[in-house]
Amino acid sequence: MPRSDLLLMIISRVSALLSAAVVLVILGFLFREATPALLEIGLSRFFTDRSWHPLSGNFNLKPMIVATLVTSLGAVAIAGPLGIASGLFVHFYAPPALATWHRRIVELLAGIPSVVFGLWGLVVLAPIIANLGGSGQNLLTATVVLGLMVLPTVAVLSDNAVAAAPREAIHGAAALGMSRWAIVWEIVLPESRSGIAAGVILALTRALGETMAVLMLAGNVVEMPTSLLSPGRTLNANIALELGYASTSHRSVLFVSGLILMLVVSVIVIVISRRGRPIR
Amino acid sequence: MKLIHPALYTTVLVISLAGCSGSPSSEVSVEADGNLSGKLTLTGSSTVAPLVTEIARRFEERHPKARIDVQTGGSGKGIADARMGVADIGMASRALKSDETDLTAHQIAADGVGLIVHSSNPIEELTAEQVNSIYTNQTQNWKDVGGDESEIIVVHKAEGRATLDVFLNHFSIDNTTVKADVIVGENEHGIKTVVGTENAIGYVSIGTAEADIAADVPIRLLSLGGVEASTATVASGEFPMSRPLSLITTDSPSPLAMEFIRFCQSTEVHDLVRSQYFVPVTSEPNAAQ
Repeated sequence: MPRSDLLLMIISRVSALLSAAVVLVILGFLFREATPALLEIGLSRFFTDRSWHPLSGNFNLKPMIVATLVTSLGAVAIAGPLGIASGLFVHFYAPPALATWHRRIVELLAGIPSVVFGLWGLVVLAPIIANLGGSGQNLLTATVVLGLMVLPTVAVLSDNAVAAAPREAIHGAAALGMSRWAIVWEIVLPESRSGIAAGVILALTRALGETMAVLMLAGNVVEMPTSLLSPGRTLNANIALELGYASTSHRSVLFVSGLILMLVVSVIVIVISRRGRPIR
Repeated sequence: MKLIHPALYTTVLVISLAGCSGSPSSEVSVEADGNLSGKLTLTGSSTVAPLVTEIARRFEERHPKARIDVQTGGSGKGIADARMGVADIGMASRALKSDETDLTAHQIAADGVGLIVHSSNPIEELTAEQVNSIYTNQTQNWKDVGGDESEIIVVHKAEGRATLDVFLNHFSIDNTTVKADVIVGENEHGIKTVVGTENAIGYVSIGTAEADIAADVPIRLLSLGGVEASTATVASGEFPMSRPLSLITTDSPSPLAMEFIRFCQSTEVHDLVRSQYFVPVTSEPNAAQ
């Protein structure tokens, strides 16, 4: 093996190991900080306690797990179809000039900081949704804004996936007289499925990790949501709201909340990437 | 201190005297003056930190050899760090609790907590019983406390926040009985929530609310027990729901720490205290406990 190859091999292996190690170090840290609470309280009480009042010894995390899943999955349900449609639009339906501008605008959407989204949701969207009842700060408002925030991820990755669909197949289909819609539906979408799926997974994990905007919009009350108009608190918002003010045992309990979030994210990513695999 | 060059010593003396002119504490600073170089670390309340950061900047201008490092992390962390000696001084936006008597609080400012409603809400004042029954969900409609016919949206703070402690203590509410519609973090989050929801009630730092009202934000502070909620009534001690903003030390703080605390309590920083929407306290040493 030439020297330069050897060097590159070492560098890439070390980098790969380091990036995997970062995740393990974070997990280890989470475990270390959460251990006092897990030993003292036990994992089961985080699911069976009456409510979330950590200063009074009640530690129920279930409503927060539900709120986290509802807002993230809801956001992907909004962003998924819109993002995929956007990817198809720029390749098959938009005039070239419009396609360029459309791409730029979608990319710009990705650059808006999440507090700005949060503030916009708080002063513009929440008062509108308040007309449906309540304060306007609820799971629906958070989900809609979260959907807008993860939209560019799906749109850009769908755009790339659609661009990678084989030209010969598309041209061949066109030569056979298939309509544009039939080409998109029968050839482009199946061919770009794994790329689009990657975009959806990335969007979902981003939605699961988003904190600031959700904290500002979801209402943060910890109770089992009964509808989309119920307020809810996500696991991340819980940490952001309370960690700065938490001392010893309360702090440790918040690390358990982080650990559970990590668990929820891992389960979702593993399940989805299993389902996405057979395609390529 | 034998090593300090006489000329340097004189310079420091002159600077520190100039810095303390008009302050009642100038005598002490002459004694402590040989120690006015060094590093201080402060941690704690995110409410107090911005104010102390400003004061520290001014202090460093006057004493170029002193370095003051301000970090946040909440009142609880400030108190714990001061106790364990991790920080020279802790910052707390609440009074010390009964199990924290081994520490000394040096009050540098006060902050009132006031109830706010949307300015379109006709309510001017609520009694303590009414506030209690609203927050524990016994009163659910504004018409029951003399307002319009509309559901009350209860805005509450997240567990562990100092403002929450002040509120719960004042109205003797057990936090587990509170039935909130929205839980907020920062004061501005609370104010924006009330602005966006005409039938909401919340509570925030009076200074922040006053500044927003001055900027035409449509909220109104409610009087409490017949006392108007304003920084003026907090300063005079009339307003009942207020909290001290303090610097926390052990019994024997270093001379530099003492000097910094004295500076924070002096009239020379009152403009900074007001600019952060807090209420200055008198410059008497150890005004707190």
